[in-house]
Amino acid sequence: MADKTIYLDNASTTRVRKEVLDEMLPYFMEYYGNSASIHALGKAPREAVKEAREKIAKVIKANPDEIYFTSGGSESDTWVLKSAVMGPHKKGSHVIVSAIEHHAILNTCDLLVKSGYKVTYVPVDKYGIVDMDAIEKAITPETALISVMTANNEIGTIEPIKEIGALAHKHNVLFHTDAVQAYGQVDIDVTRDNVDFLSASAHKLGGPKGVGFLYIRKGVRIDPLICGGEQERGIRGGTTNTPGVVGFGKAAELAMENMEARAKKERELRDHLIDRVLKEIPYSYLNGHPTQRLPGNANISFHFIEGESLLMSLNMKGICISTGSACASGSLDPSHVLLAIGLEHQHAHGSLRFTVSDENTMEDVDYAVDVLKESVERLRSMSPLYDDFIKNKKA
Amino acid sequence: MYDGAYSDKVIDHFTNPRNVGEIENASGVGTVGNAKCGDIMRIFLDIDPDTHIIKDAKFKTFGCGAAVATSSMATEMVKGKTVEEALQLTNKAVMEALDGLPQVKIHCSLLAEEAVHAALWDYAQKNGITIEGLKKPKNDIYDEE
Repeated sequence: MADKTIYLDNASTTRVRKEVLDEMLPYFMEYYGNSASIHALGKAPREAVKEAREKIAKVIKANPDEIYFTSGGSESDTWVLKSAVMGPHKKGSHVIVSAIEHHAILNTCDLLVKSGYKVTYVPVDKYGIVDMDAIEKAITPETALISVMTANNEIGTIEPIKEIGALAHKHNVLFHTDAVQAYGQVDIDVTRDNVDFLSASAHKLGGPKGVGFLYIRKGVRIDPLICGGEQERGIRGGTTNTPGVVGFGKAAELAMENMEARAKKERELRDHLIDRVLKEIPYSYLNGHPTQRLPGNANISFHFIEGESLLMSLNMKGICISTGSACASGSLDPSHVLLAIGLEHQHAHGSLRFTVSDENTMEDVDYAVDVLKESVERLRSMSPLYDDFIKNKKA
Repeated sequence: MYDGAYSDKVIDHFTNPRNVGEIENASGVGTVGNAKCGDIMRIFLDIDPDTHIIKDAKFKTFGCGAAVATSSMATEMVKGKTVEEALQLTNKAVMEALDGLPQVKIHCSLLAEEAVHAALWDYAQKNGITIEGLKKPKNDIYDEE
């Protein structure tokens, strides 16, 4: 193994920030009470949760009582989709989602289809921007919910959620957005952006794993997914994860404070990475939108090589990244997102995702690109596809 | 799928693959796999026409770490063998020589076995001979279906 680690996989998860951890620690052994308890030990956790809820709501300009804590983004996504067709709002039996949603959405859709509900998957263009006309055409009197992510986790494309929300409301349909990648990264205003439901998770922005929330617009009622006590206004049972919520609150506060500065730094690092790779490595192509994308995200296809072997090569030099190749996931097909934007299977297999954070440096990026260049060269020198390409080119 | 999931031998054969390259005017060349699935192997064999002994074997592979490692190991294992012996090389033997593969990577070892067979088939075709038990390989590397 390499003696240093360069972490360029911040869309998978982030390191908990020091300030976040410090704020969480007292809630394990000192203020360990149940925030629902009436006795003295319930008070400090209850107040801390209230404060965290306010900080978290502020990021998306919501009211604190519209934030419902969950175990994370996947629970929030599952909850809203299942409740949309099964809950008290049961307007209809049909939901519309984009083809590039996270598996928390897509796999829940599979369950809905198995249970007899209808799902329409709307396509995206070559940059990953969802097709608005296709959404409008898909709406029927049975449509209960439209769900389109705020920003895609693989290619970083930012969707026009405000317009999609307006379209949904024009047809009296509820709108959900999975903002797991976007929350605290890009400016979201749930009222301005016509959002009825929004999913987010703490560990993508320097918070702890295992805590997230579902924003539910006031006046919209849904059934619980997790049944239990009266926590979260009676629609999400389970003892409140006080340290997690407190950590999430701190992470949200920090994210709000320096959103612009952080985005600027990430963009500089990311753009430097993209510029160097596209300039110095032939037959490499950027996936996703050139400008409408998350500040830290770069997704690049390297023709004639397969992503897992490239990932392994980088891993040996201490560089942590992700790939859209099937070989890395255990499934047969490469990333559904890359296929949805029109990539051939071969090129989807040869894709890598780099996601920088403000903790990275230019040196990190330069080192990663240097190693990447060597690795791509080595793997191409072994690739029969590259051989065939060069021979055909000469012929 | 990476660290930990692969044996040290797989990592070694991926990092320092043996027999990478081509053999000019090879006695037999076999290419198997499919770009759609993410694995293509091409194996080159240099075979002594009199003794039918494989004097040299080389490979080029597009694929994951396991695909590279199985190509490397399979070429190592057929060198010095007769054509008939090489035909007996199974994916299981390649896997065992690598101290095992993760379940989802077993198809890589099958591909290595097929690539050897495809190269032997090419050799048989070029020389108008029949090798007992050898079947015509599939060749669909650019097939997008």
